[in-house]
Amino acid sequence: MTGRAPSGRVFALHAAVILGLLILNFVLPEYHRGVFSRVLVLAAFAMGYNILFGYTGLLSLGHAMFFAAGLYGAGLPVYHLDWSVAPAFIAGIVSGAVLALAIGFLALRTTGVAFMIVTLMFAQVFYLITLFFTTYTRGEEGLVIRQDLRHLRMGDLDLALTDPSLRYLIALVLFSAVLIVTLFIVRSPFGRSLVAIRENEERMRMLGYNVFTNKLAAVVLSGAFCAASGAAYALLFGYVGSGFASIQYSILPLLWVLLGGAATTLGPLIGTLFMFYIVDFTSGFMPAYLLVVGAALILLILFFPKGILGSIRERWAPWLP
Amino acid sequence: MAAVTPLLSTRGLRRSFGGLKAVDHVDFDLPAGEIRAIIGPNGAGKTTFVSLICGRVLPSSGTVTFDGKDISGLQAHQRVRAGIAYTFQITSVFANLTAFDNVALSVQRRLLDGKDKSGALHDGVMDALQKVGLTGHANAVAGKLAYGHQRLLEVAMGLALKPRLLILDEPTQGLSDGEIANFIALVRDLSKETTILLIEHNMHVVMELAGRITVMEQGRILAEGTPEAIRADADVQRAYLGA
Ligand SMILES: Nc1ncnc2c1ncn2[C@@H]1O[C@H](COP(=O)(O)OP(=O)(O)O)[C@@H](O)[C@H]1O
Ligand SMILES: [Mg+2]
Repeated sequence: MTGRAPSGRVFALHAAVILGLLILNFVLPEYHRGVFSRVLVLAAFAMGYNILFGYTGLLSLGHAMFFAAGLYGAGLPVYHLDWSVAPAFIAGIVSGAVLALAIGFLALRTTGVAFMIVTLMFAQVFYLITLFFTTYTRGEEGLVIRQDLRHLRMGDLDLALTDPSLRYLIALVLFSAVLIVTLFIVRSPFGRSLVAIRENEERMRMLGYNVFTNKLAAVVLSGAFCAASGAAYALLFGYVGSGFASIQYSILPLLWVLLGGAATTLGPLIGTLFMFYIVDFTSGFMPAYLLVVGAALILLILFFPKGILGSIRERWAPWLP
Repeated sequence: MAAVTPLLSTRGLRRSFGGLKAVDHVDFDLPAGEIRAIIGPNGAGKTTFVSLICGRVLPSSGTVTFDGKDISGLQAHQRVRAGIAYTFQITSVFANLTAFDNVALSVQRRLLDGKDKSGALHDGVMDALQKVGLTGHANAVAGKLAYGHQRLLEVAMGLALKPRLLILDEPTQGLSDGEIANFIALVRDLSKETTILLIEHNMHVVMELAGRITVMEQGRILAEGTPEAIRADADVQRAYLGA
């Protein structure tokens, strides 16, 4: 009677979403399956961003560096050292987590606007570093990872990550893993602490919580998720370039999360998907499509300030995590 | 008083804001098990003084000793873990969470430290809500509770930590007479397990509860003694009781 969100409904919804996405692999036309593959990988990026922005209430303007840390952490060893795919993926995640630990340690001394600026500046430094080491990264032009290097080999099994169906399924596995871990975190005591820190940091301190370490843990988790997304992107789509470390890729996850609904588990997917298709649709028939996208976003935020899923939760489904 | 070491002592505690000496060289001792009231006019430095004790505010100089250990170097959250709970003068609940989830944050923190069983969370929360009389409001969103109920929720969050020292900063502000009567009974009950430091303006509550009273004025301790002695003290009457 006293209590909390009904677990059954929550698990059923998330299972249904994953199942639905699995079925889409077999029914989507080739073009849209490609779009969805990318969206699923980038939704993991958005979910990582959401841990920090949505649940913990820390607005970072530098998350491109975590995505790019995963991208380069996985891509460079494959390109230059002929690493195989699995250890490269791990290397990508570790790069992002370690970077997040260091950045979090420094940036969390600030809050609010100062935090935004500090993260922005660190990300800019990261971006410039990718340009500086252009011998290894080829800067903006980037590296294309050869198709024969993008194979997942386990024993006799040899899976080509370039195969569209397999690529979709791997993207779905990544997405599902990040979604399930997010759901688990959000419903855990740790997740509740993060939300409470967002709501009233001073009170949390006076309940005996170490606010700094909780926030640091959130930054590291967030960074690791974003890096996992970046690593998967490099390995699945075979391109690693500085553009992914630029400011644009720090703003995009913010928009995806705002659009889908901050602090909702499924909002990042909805936001990412929605934005991909608005851009796709408008760029098809008008040159000034970014203007249209901008206007659409402004309208959405005006009428649905909590994002798509946030508004649904507010009006009809308060049990949504 | 008893010769045992006090649960809490401060020595030479000072804090200034700019040129204002909010707390000015305070030596203070509080034996375990006591209900101590701190009274004094607005701006006397009561909130600042207890904030120095619980670590919310850093001192300009001086030491705080709790249970025989110097805790001056501990951060606020570490002092809470050591057993000092503070309930805010300005109600500071999590407005968007339910009353249950507010108190759950206290109980959860306590359980993280200990080795309690599952199910303990629900019981711990309901126990604290029941003590302050908010059982019926467990699922209400805290921000939508009546002001008096938010004050009680604030107290429930403090007592759910099961502290060794519970600091209550003007807890009865905004409570109805009936709620105040319940509150007095609650604090008496709590004092069996917890030492209580109570900042309070309502003299009825003070006289009912306090074993001893400390009077503050302009950052200093003006007088200290039993309720009877304080009532009779001419200085106090001039400074505060307005007689
Ligand atoms: N953060 C602060 N900054 C500046 N002045 C403060 C601050 N906190 C308290 N003061 C001042 O210190 C004095 C004591 O305040 P306070 O401790 O709140 O008194 P009380 O709780 O007895 O009413 C007041 O003059 C108040 O204005
Ligand atoms: Mg005060």
